[in-house]
Amino acid sequence: MPFNLLILACLAYVAFLFAVAFLADRRAEAGTLPWLRSPMVYTLSLSVYCTAWTFYGAVGYAARSGLEFLTIYLGPTLVFVGWWVILRKLVRIAKAQRITSIADLISSRYGKSSLLGVVVTAICVTGATPYIALQLQSVALSFSVFASDTPDGWHLPDRDTTALWVAAGLALFTVLFGTRNLDANEQHHGVVMAIAVEAAVKLVALVAVGVFVVWIVADGPADIVTRIDNSPIAGWQMVPGRWAGLIFLSAAAILTLPRMFQVLVVENADERHLTTASWAFPLYLAAMSLFVVPIAVVGLDILPEGSNPDLFVLTLPLALDQGGLAMLAFLGGFSSATSMVIVAAIALATMVSNHVVMPLILAFGERKGKEPGDLRRVVLLARRLSIAGVMALGYGYYTLTGGSGALAATGLIAFVGVAQILPAMLGAMFWRGATRTGALLGLCAGYGLWLYTLYLPSFGQGGVIPVQVFVEGPWGIGWLRPEALFGIDGMDPLLHAMFWSLAMNTLLFGLGSLLTFPSPMERLQGARFVQAFDQSGPASSWARGQAEAEDLLVMAQRIMGEDVALAYFQTHARVQGKDGYLPDITPDFMNDLERRLSGSIGAAAAHAMIAQIAGGAAVSVEDLMAVANETAQMMEYSARLEAQQDELTRTARQLREANEKLTQLSVQKDAFLSQISHELRTPMTSIRAFSEIMMDDDVPPDLNARYARIIHDEAIRLTRLLDDLLDLSVLESGTVQLSLRSASLHDMLDRALHAAGSTRPERAFTIQRDPQSEQITVTSDIDRLTQVFINVISNSRKYCDAGAPVLRIAVRRKGAQIRVDFIDNGSGIAKGSQALIFEKFARLTDSAQAGGAGLGLAICREIMQNLDGDISYVPGQGGAAFRVAFPMVLVLPENRRT
Amino acid sequence: MGKHVLLIEDEPNISEAIRFILTRDGFRVSCHDQGRDALEVVRAERPDALILDAMLPGRTGYDILRDLRAEPDTALLPVLMLTARGQGRDRELAESAGASGFMAKPFSNAEVLASVRALLGQA
Repeated sequence: MPFNLLILACLAYVAFLFAVAFLADRRAEAGTLPWLRSPMVYTLSLSVYCTAWTFYGAVGYAARSGLEFLTIYLGPTLVFVGWWVILRKLVRIAKAQRITSIADLISSRYGKSSLLGVVVTAICVTGATPYIALQLQSVALSFSVFASDTPDGWHLPDRDTTALWVAAGLALFTVLFGTRNLDANEQHHGVVMAIAVEAAVKLVALVAVGVFVVWIVADGPADIVTRIDNSPIAGWQMVPGRWAGLIFLSAAAILTLPRMFQVLVVENADERHLTTASWAFPLYLAAMSLFVVPIAVVGLDILPEGSNPDLFVLTLPLALDQGGLAMLAFLGGFSSATSMVIVAAIALATMVSNHVVMPLILAFGERKGKEPGDLRRVVLLARRLSIAGVMALGYGYYTLTGGSGALAATGLIAFVGVAQILPAMLGAMFWRGATRTGALLGLCAGYGLWLYTLYLPSFGQGGVIPVQVFVEGPWGIGWLRPEALFGIDGMDPLLHAMFWSLAMNTLLFGLGSLLTFPSPMERLQGARFVQAFDQSGPASSWARGQAEAEDLLVMAQRIMGEDVALAYFQTHARVQGKDGYLPDITPDFMNDLERRLSGSIGAAAAHAMIAQIAGGAAVSVEDLMAVANETAQMMEYSARLEAQQDELTRTARQLREANEKLTQLSVQKDAFLSQISHELRTPMTSIRAFSEIMMDDDVPPDLNARYARIIHDEAIRLTRLLDDLLDLSVLESGTVQLSLRSASLHDMLDRALHAAGSTRPERAFTIQRDPQSEQITVTSDIDRLTQVFINVISNSRKYCDAGAPVLRIAVRRKGAQIRVDFIDNGSGIAKGSQALIFEKFARLTDSAQAGGAGLGLAICREIMQNLDGDISYVPGQGGAAFRVAFPMVLVLPENRRT
Repeated sequence: MGKHVLLIEDEPNISEAIRFILTRDGFRVSCHDQGRDALEVVRAERPDALILDAMLPGRTGYDILRDLRAEPDTALLPVLMLTARGQGRDRELAESAGASGFMAKPFSNAEVLASVRALLGQA
């Protein structure tokens, strides 16, 4: 097998992949790529899980540890077969939230926290670095196998240089296809297509070697079984704890590995592809693992002692002079390594540029008037630099660790690392109570412990951590030894690290979440994530075209309103001659819908939304910028709407209040009318009865005179009632005309006392006054004010129940305010009634005694309000006490003066 | 000796008018002017018929009537309710409280006589 041919084949293969990716991208841009969106391509692209580690390393793993390599396949199989609902939810959430990476997922769920994005990115980069190194190592190893086979041909200077060339080549490929354009969904159709092709190549290669080994080298399956029985693998014992741990680890890895997230979630074109993947991917894994043990056994059997079992897939055909097969195996391994590195680099570059580089550029590189195109260049540059950086890190790790460790061990270190994201991720999807703080604490603790107990020790004792620390612990603290935390010694380092990091991670995540309160943003995102299935989405069993129309309808309904959108779709369906409400998705229909939607949300946004659902056309940064501009305008518009809305709400409240007041007034009016009716009918009853009596002839003259007097009195009572009512109505309407003049308070009180003297004139009433204090000139409506005084004094004369009634009148002047208190020595007004006395018809005793209709104090109150003053009852004065307060000089607005 | 009619009415003038009208027609009339102790007065006087004003100081006529109807002695006592509000609702209230008759103020003297006679089953 000439080495040059190998290089040539290698270059030809890469050129072929370029062509595939290029064509796929072309077709994707043209929007005619139905077969790229097929579930099979999706399933094949998932095989980036099978890296060089599984291609070469599984055989080595089997040769060293028997069937333990199976755990790496069992974990993902369990997830895909048993818990694909988790995957579906993950995809649904990612689509709904336009998640671009696992860091984006965590950051978005926990209130769009940029810090969390950085932490997850750090974990992913640290975890992926050994993994990428592993791929470089395997490619370098496989090259060296061929190089050693050519004694005088092209010689490998050393493996590191090979690895460097491979890293540089892969970086170039990734940059070319991973960052050709900026897709709003971070989808890379070309790359996915190339990955699918590579998946097929590696499966074919491994199966070919397997078939060769089983049926050509050995004598069929029976012979293989015999060989297994005679090999060291037969004596291998299963360690249950390690098995369970590894299965769990690989199950977690399928969810949290950045590259798996990329192909599984981000590159997913249709949620329903998962249905196919749920059985096809486990089948792929089974096919990949089918011949691992036979190859290992035969390799151990045939190849010389000390051969690297990690390379059996390659060295077996070579040893048996099967150059073509070896070439195929080499391309298989090459495919495994490159596909992993490319996808991982894309995924990591997305994270690094979105969560680290771009924020830094935007924060520090604040330049004036950046054009959208400018930003696009910056983003692309950030992506490319990130890819190069990730590759450099992988290469650095490879040279640091010497590239000597077994492939599988290196892979597992990465698994434990990325598994730290699992608690925060599951919490994000299933626990609304999970908070940013909890996630941050858990992730940091898990990350730290993983670094300390597994990652840094992987550089070898004395590599990064001094040997002394391994033996005695840091600062001599024994229970802090990296591989024996808390004195738990003798445990498998991997399980030890996995146990402590994940246990502390989960514990702190849970405690942190329980003890802190989520911010509104976290609550919102939490609800969206956890209830992802409640929100929207077609049932998975619907026919494809129909579901797409359904998607468009759901979107259109959100924008146009449910009924309008439905009617619109129905009309189009009818035009196409279809029953039901879903038309065929023709370009005409799409264009029409886009025009229709742009009326509501702007052209750019409409285009972007339709493009997203149609999946074909890419959304450019310009599109997004335009959307952002429109959004800003719409926000301004909606702010205006909100202001209007507020005003409407205010008006509505005022109307409601006015209405309540009217209702209340109406009730009061009814009660008032009913009272008036009573007050009018009572004297009328007497008048009518006595007048009828007097009309009869047989009434004695003395009685006749008495009855005439009663009729007269009742008529006067009626008149007074009507006067009071009219007075009150004028006062209440605020239209009363006041005539201002000045008078002495002393004179006013004299007049009032004199006028009130006609009330129960038979009673001897003692009046106490202080004439000195009454020497005040008041400017007001003197007659009205005097009317109030008369009323209060009359009331006292009427109701004071003391044997020797005394009324004290006290005048006090306070600045421009005057207070006149009228205090008698009766039993006063009961506490419960004090609030009532100023209401209309609030007569407390029966009317016969009072002789009024119970409007007096109500009128007084109205007068005092008109005079800018007040009348109130003063409790606790030993008798009934009324206080009349008013300004010494009343100033009236022009329209109230006569 | 004529039938005994008890009149509970707080307006003295109205009271006097009704007393005059009924006495002139041969009834024996006694008067009371407030609601608080009206029940005791009815029990003590045991009238043949009662004229009861709805709006009394102390206690409303409706309340007094309901209590009267609850007592076996006065459950069947003919009672004429007087009200000055003159609304349909008052008639309903009076009927539901158990009034035998109802009269709105102001009334004609003939009306008073006819009502009292009807109460006592006289033509």
